[in-house]
Amino acid sequence: MEHENHKHQEHAVLADAFNQNEPRVDWHDETLWWVRQKRDRMAWSIPEWEELREAASQIKHNVLGNMHDYLLEFEKNAIANGAVVHWAADAAEHNKIVLQLLQEQGVKRMVKSKSMLTEECHLNPYLAEHGIEVIDTDLGERIVQLAKEPPSHIVLPCIHKKKEEIGDLFHEHLGTPAGNADPKFLTAAARQHLRKEFIQSRVAITGVNFAVAETGEMVVCTNEGNADMGAHLADVHIACMGIEKLIPQRKHLGVFLRLLARSATGQPITTYSSHFRKPKEGQQLHIVLVDNGRSRQLGREDFRNSLKCIRCGACMNTCPVYRRSGGHSYHNAIAGPIGSILAPNLDMKDYADLPFASTLCGSCSNVCPVKIDIHQQLYKWRQVITKEGYTKKTKAAGMHAMNIVLSKPGLYKTAGGVGRWVMRTFPAVVNNGMNPWYKQREMPAPPKESFADWYKKNRK
Amino acid sequence: MKVGLFIPCYIDQFYPQVGIATLSLLEKLGCEVVYPQGQTCCGQPMANSGFEHLTSGCNTLFVDHFQDFDYIVGPSGSCVLHIKDHLHVPEREDKATHIRQRIYELAEFLTDVLKVESLQARFPHKVGIHQSCHGQRGLGLSQMSELVAEPFSKPQQLLQMVEGLELVELKRKDECCGFGGTFCVFEEAVSVKMGKDRIADHVNNGAEYITGNDVSCLMHLEGILRRQQSNVKVLHMAEILNASID
Repeated sequence: MEHENHKHQEHAVLADAFNQNEPRVDWHDETLWWVRQKRDRMAWSIPEWEELREAASQIKHNVLGNMHDYLLEFEKNAIANGAVVHWAADAAEHNKIVLQLLQEQGVKRMVKSKSMLTEECHLNPYLAEHGIEVIDTDLGERIVQLAKEPPSHIVLPCIHKKKEEIGDLFHEHLGTPAGNADPKFLTAAARQHLRKEFIQSRVAITGVNFAVAETGEMVVCTNEGNADMGAHLADVHIACMGIEKLIPQRKHLGVFLRLLARSATGQPITTYSSHFRKPKEGQQLHIVLVDNGRSRQLGREDFRNSLKCIRCGACMNTCPVYRRSGGHSYHNAIAGPIGSILAPNLDMKDYADLPFASTLCGSCSNVCPVKIDIHQQLYKWRQVITKEGYTKKTKAAGMHAMNIVLSKPGLYKTAGGVGRWVMRTFPAVVNNGMNPWYKQREMPAPPKESFADWYKKNRK
Repeated sequence: MKVGLFIPCYIDQFYPQVGIATLSLLEKLGCEVVYPQGQTCCGQPMANSGFEHLTSGCNTLFVDHFQDFDYIVGPSGSCVLHIKDHLHVPEREDKATHIRQRIYELAEFLTDVLKVESLQARFPHKVGIHQSCHGQRGLGLSQMSELVAEPFSKPQQLLQMVEGLELVELKRKDECCGFGGTFCVFEEAVSVKMGKDRIADHVNNGAEYITGNDVSCLMHLEGILRRQQSNVKVLHMAEILNASID
């Protein structure tokens, strides 16, 4: 199910497999494009949309420049509120802290609302190894969990699944009637099933969307209220967050909450924006602050502002490559354009292919509510990955040869002339199965004369 | 006004007619145009593949050829953007800076520098505009659908001056075609799918021709159209703007 530490195929190979079923690619593309259009309509409903994006970007800029102080301020206020604050340097430490808290409570089964951080840390399989079962309570996440798959999208985890497939899964796992794929019916079945879990669970894990330094409170945004259900019913609430989730003051929520849901799903706001500040009488509230490479990314000047991300997923919905390759082709907890600039920081070798899984069209940077220069960072990661030696040798050799030809006008002219002559005379040299261009496209017809030749004859 | 004509390598080799149309159009509009012989490539294919550190040879050549012009004009948004963003020659940075500030893609040169308001051109066909991303989002040739901002389009402004030309409306007016430089071979499946989808949008809306400001995108779309044995043709915008009244 999970994808750590074993060899995976590269994006291009996985994307090729995804494209074997073209009608399904069309369906996936149209589904996500519909979300992009909803986002557009919502953005246009706010005349000051672009100013709002700029404000959000600047607030996060301030956070990234003063991370140390805001973290301490948040910790101090959270402790004063009665929370217990834990610091985790990496995923392993995060998982250990959570496990220990669960073992102290002696629980074997517990609920978790949506948290991309715990996906990033591969918490579920880690806990499973220690005999603890996690029930994901976000409907989409529960669906992929039942399918033993990772989420394919950070906001819409099962967007790659058709309702009939979900019907089959529910039939198998929740006992719904075979062949019933009515979304309303299936949702009701999931509610029944999850309600039991909520009531029984003594511990609830939630993610965090925003942590307010000024007050020590956390805001969790959901459409299903599942974070509230879990956290309110449990004796122990564990909130796991990356250290970049901070915002300085509560008033800044007015900027971020307006942007988040509009960018994510084209809703004016998420159904629930729940504030967690103090544990109620008899309840424990634990906050796990996780670094896991974020400090390292903060130190990379070119990539620093990737940490502004508020996980709305708009860059995925707009990405023409993501829509036609599917989230799993990115073999990372976070897919799409933002995943492709975050992942190389975690493991440059393992994710060396991701910054190349883009045409650099730039649509991602334009929809980003915090104005991350995503496509420019993709370009920059390509340079870093190449310099670090993670490019394939054949590609490197090709580039060196190209450089030699293009740096010498005489050689370029000869090579061009010879190349076109070969293409005209022996088209099979290029029109064959070895040439990926030719697989589904004709080669351009090679003219007898280059522009330079023509110019010499016709001008001077 | 001395204009240096920048004809990117693959246009020089495979689409000389685009170079000829660009030259002839600029001359018609009264520019003194020189094509410096010996120019090769802007270096973008290497840079976008992660090998920007190999482009110093191309950069030096580019400065050699174009340092003395008032303006440098090329019929390719993508190559022009690459020069604008990445042309550096440490020991001749003043010349490189001059070029970066003075290089224009053809359409923006016509609308912003020459301030063309009418053209003697006729092209009685239904035409779809393919917005190439680097020209659109990089150079700002037209407004981007993602932004909440006033719409405008320099290519459209020019095409509307052409007699008889009818522009078709697209369902997705600025979606990428999937060419993406070496992406088109290293990510062949997605690249072709994106191209097919772009073409379908134009065809479904009745386009007889697909035009744009980047031959690279058009070459990719043309490759797919020819494989599909479609009657729809691609033309660079210069070829349409230069299409004379018979």
